[in-house]
Amino acid sequence: MFVEILISAGLVISGIFGIVGSFGLIKLPHPMMRLHAPTKATTLGVGGALIASMLYFGLIERDLSFHELMITVFLFLTAPITGHFIAKTHIHRNENKDSLPETGTARPWATFDHPQQEQEQPEQQS
Amino acid sequence: MIEYALLFALACYGAALLMNIYRIVIAPGVGDRVLALDTLVINIIALITLFGIHQSSTMYFEASLIIAMTGFVSTVSYTRFMLRGDIIE
Repeated sequence: MFVEILISAGLVISGIFGIVGSFGLIKLPHPMMRLHAPTKATTLGVGGALIASMLYFGLIERDLSFHELMITVFLFLTAPITGHFIAKTHIHRNENKDSLPETGTARPWATFDHPQQEQEQPEQQS
Repeated sequence: MIEYALLFALACYGAALLMNIYRIVIAPGVGDRVLALDTLVINIIALITLFGIHQSSTMYFEASLIIAMTGFVSTVSYTRFMLRGDIIE
């Protein structure tokens, strides 16, 4: 009974997180805000669904396997990478050096920072 | 009780898929379309996993793993193409 409550709670929470993530993709006004919703809420939602699946097969079907954990770890690793790529694409397509806010440090935005060209030619690597 | 929770989660992810398809069709910029495609793939992984629980079958793990990998690679190549105009330089 306790196991059923645990699995059901996991499923319901994952469903709510999934729908919140996709709704935020439609609802939020700014592209950077829209990036926020799916990369966090949906990843958490799908992680909840996969862990509920692992608990179900491990505790009720008595067929424990860690495949879901592998998928969860893979998604948790790749979601920040895709978020970073899409944010960088947005910055380079829709913003420029002047429309971005100050970084608050001595250095400018790294993706627009062209390092000082070395005056002497680098040695030719054969 | 698991049945009802499962139906609720399936309905949630189905509605999420519809929202993603709406965002793919009507989007303010091309970056939003790629983001919606990425979210679509993640939601499909969740949906396949939930369907596996519904069928009490462990056969769907491999499918969701392969879809996860394909989705990651395709999102990265879309963004590379938008940034550089080329995928493999």
